[in-house]
Amino acid sequence: MNDYKGTAALLRLALRRNRIIMPVWLLIFVVMAAGSASATIKLYPTASARAAAAQSSNASPALIALYGRIYDPANPGGLAMLKMTSLGALFVGVLMIVIVTRHSRAEEESGRLELLSAGVVGRRAPLTAAVLLAAGSSVVLGIVTALGLIGAGLPASGSVAFGLAWACTGIVFAAVAAFTAQLTESSRASTGAAIVVLAAAYVVRAVSDAGHGLQWLAWVSPMGWIAQIRPFGGNRWSVALIAVVFAVVATAAAYAVLARRDLGAGLVRPRPGRARARASLRSPLALAWRLQRASLSGWLAGFVVLGFVLGGVASSVGDVADTPAARDLITKLGGVPGLTDAFLATEVGMLAIVAAAYGIQAAARTRAEETGLRVEPLLATAVTRSRLLAGHVIVALAGTTVLMAGFGVAAGLSYGAGIGAVGRGVGQMLAAGIAQLPAIWVLTAIVVALFGIVPRVTGGGWVALVVFLILGEFGAVLGLSQGVMDISPFAHSPRLPGGDVAPAPLAWLCAVALVLGVAGFVGFRRRDIG
Amino acid sequence: MSSSSTPAISITGLTKTFGTTRALDRLDLQVAAGEVHGFLGPNGAGKSTTIRVLLGQLRADRGSGELQLLGGDPWKEAAHLHRRLAYVPGDVSLWPTLSGGEVIDLLGRLRGGLDEARRADLLERFDLDPRKKSRTYSKGNRQKVALVAALSSDVELLILDEPTSGLDPLMENVFSECIQEERERGRTVLLSSHILSEVERLCDRVTIIKDGRRVESGTLADMRHLTRTSIDVVLDEPPRGLDLLDGVHDLRVDGTRARFDVDTVHLGDVLKHLGGYGVRTLNSQPPTLEELFLRHYRTDPVGAR
Repeated sequence: MNDYKGTAALLRLALRRNRIIMPVWLLIFVVMAAGSASATIKLYPTASARAAAAQSSNASPALIALYGRIYDPANPGGLAMLKMTSLGALFVGVLMIVIVTRHSRAEEESGRLELLSAGVVGRRAPLTAAVLLAAGSSVVLGIVTALGLIGAGLPASGSVAFGLAWACTGIVFAAVAAFTAQLTESSRASTGAAIVVLAAAYVVRAVSDAGHGLQWLAWVSPMGWIAQIRPFGGNRWSVALIAVVFAVVATAAAYAVLARRDLGAGLVRPRPGRARARASLRSPLALAWRLQRASLSGWLAGFVVLGFVLGGVASSVGDVADTPAARDLITKLGGVPGLTDAFLATEVGMLAIVAAAYGIQAAARTRAEETGLRVEPLLATAVTRSRLLAGHVIVALAGTTVLMAGFGVAAGLSYGAGIGAVGRGVGQMLAAGIAQLPAIWVLTAIVVALFGIVPRVTGGGWVALVVFLILGEFGAVLGLSQGVMDISPFAHSPRLPGGDVAPAPLAWLCAVALVLGVAGFVGFRRRDIG
Repeated sequence: MSSSSTPAISITGLTKTFGTTRALDRLDLQVAAGEVHGFLGPNGAGKSTTIRVLLGQLRADRGSGELQLLGGDPWKEAAHLHRRLAYVPGDVSLWPTLSGGEVIDLLGRLRGGLDEARRADLLERFDLDPRKKSRTYSKGNRQKVALVAALSSDVELLILDEPTSGLDPLMENVFSECIQEERERGRTVLLSSHILSEVERLCDRVTIIKDGRRVESGTLADMRHLTRTSIDVVLDEPPRGLDLLDGVHDLRVDGTRARFDVDTVHLGDVLKHLGGYGVRTLNSQPPTLEELFLRHYRTDPVGAR
């Protein structure tokens, strides 16, 4: 037990550090879930109305891929929790990954763990404390969510199964993050690796739900297991065991690596670098590119793979269940005729939000560099503040462009190949991806403006993204007015392929982004560094 | 350039507040071209804040005196002036994925070029492996990277913020040699430190600050009165008359043992006096800067001295 000595103390420290942010996050999740539940019950007051809506949803491959299947149309919970079961779980997974990395590899990278581990702290204690924090939070989240759903009027057994599904998601991805945290020396890379596992699990789940005869794929993906617990549609409790066993195995693997490595080191040893810099490394832009290119390559690979997969799924969608009810539902969702177009437009919209997350992260890198004291030495050379900031902003803008274009081309290729018109497919999908850029850049510009004017809250870009996501995904369910939902820049993006393109909203989005961006540059030139 | 009559740094009445905290309070600092200037003060005195104002990273409070760096305005002309200076931060943080060599080249190029021969020479003298990733460098090695980058540049002014805080004694010697060479080449150096001996060894003139204000400035000879040595001596017989000697302070006699502080200018007379009683053991210790500050610059307004 010596290995675990100090775990309790470290756990208390972690709880202390998270005493505000953690309850806030858990509350957001619970309110979202319970809010959707009570809103759906109000929206579809009769059992027949709910059943009709659930059947329409099940008829749409786009919705199945994005949210999953409703296994029991008669149960009000299935429809109410449609968006929460898989998509909500995805965000639970992200939260737990961030928490585990923050308390394991990030502590190690910063050197703070070195200070702690010199005290009476066992070798496994820090990682154990991080995993316990995330797993405990997941369990609390599950319990409170279940209570919230019951309170909102959903069946009790299904509500508990739903809470269990979320708790399992949190535990599984906490364990995944515990493992990836052992692999590299950088917390950025270990978070990235865990997110890649999460995204892959989600895509496999989507393909297994929407594809033909691919249901078995659900059993190789953690997100598939979560969906197969089927809250409100059978409540298959035993499936949760798979998730728990997986989490235990992944944590054991993390311990095994931990026992074989030095403090601060990873499994992957860094190679020695170059004695001289390449001739091209001679500007802030070149440095920003150098610092961010690995991350962008990873993101791009993800977008291209997603493009191929979703484009392939789309080409087989057209001939599936084209019922009038499904048409009606999808037309209401986006006003796009044609199931395939609706499917693709929905996926492009989701990818735009993910690309916006990349843009936020890339632009916020300037703040990370500033608080990491790496801006000072650059500004002590002949580099102006504008040039310094421009470096990271250009990477963010060009990066989001490359991501959406990469997704569009990949999706167009596989979709076009499926329908026998590659040129048209690529053209359509590339345009659809590019058309999302103005809205994405508004998010980038928000980060730039915050960084320039109120640098302490540069992270507010993430808050904006979450708010826009909630407005877009849940605004209608929560009964918000159109005026409120129009705050989100994504509400003004054209729904392509298939929809109409109006130049005016795109021009406005670009103008808003430009104004915010300029405000950020002006602010950064006038403020203190540090 | 060293003979130019414009001072390298000229600060009069500089004030900088952060919220309600006044970090710099009407601070004065004059550094003539070609001199090695020590910038002394205890932790939190405002040394780094002063330097960051000089580098245009912090903005001086509106209407708070005059500020000139190499004859220009450090806020408005920052990038332009920075071609002519190099800076070593007190807390060196590097890009984890870049090697030391890459960082040195990058900083040099962004400043406008570096001296290749000097770069190679400094790497060897500081015993620094440029191929290692910055992530794997210790604090001292990160400091060496910043020092090599600064010293291998061809600039008029070096601004060094506690540059030796992570170096071992061997490397401190290499650093001292380098600063001597810089002086011979006519470069101006502003060396911030809280180690008195380092400043004594290297600097022509010294400015001492405390609580954001200058409390003393001048050559080291001017400052002799500041330096006292602590003596702990055991004699053959109990000493008499020590308290009558000039420059002896805080005297405690305990049988044949005497402990006291003595102004360094009077050290010779005191030793002569002690010789008369037969010295068995003698321990002398130069005063730490902190002690000096406690002794000379107590902030209480009563003015006990």
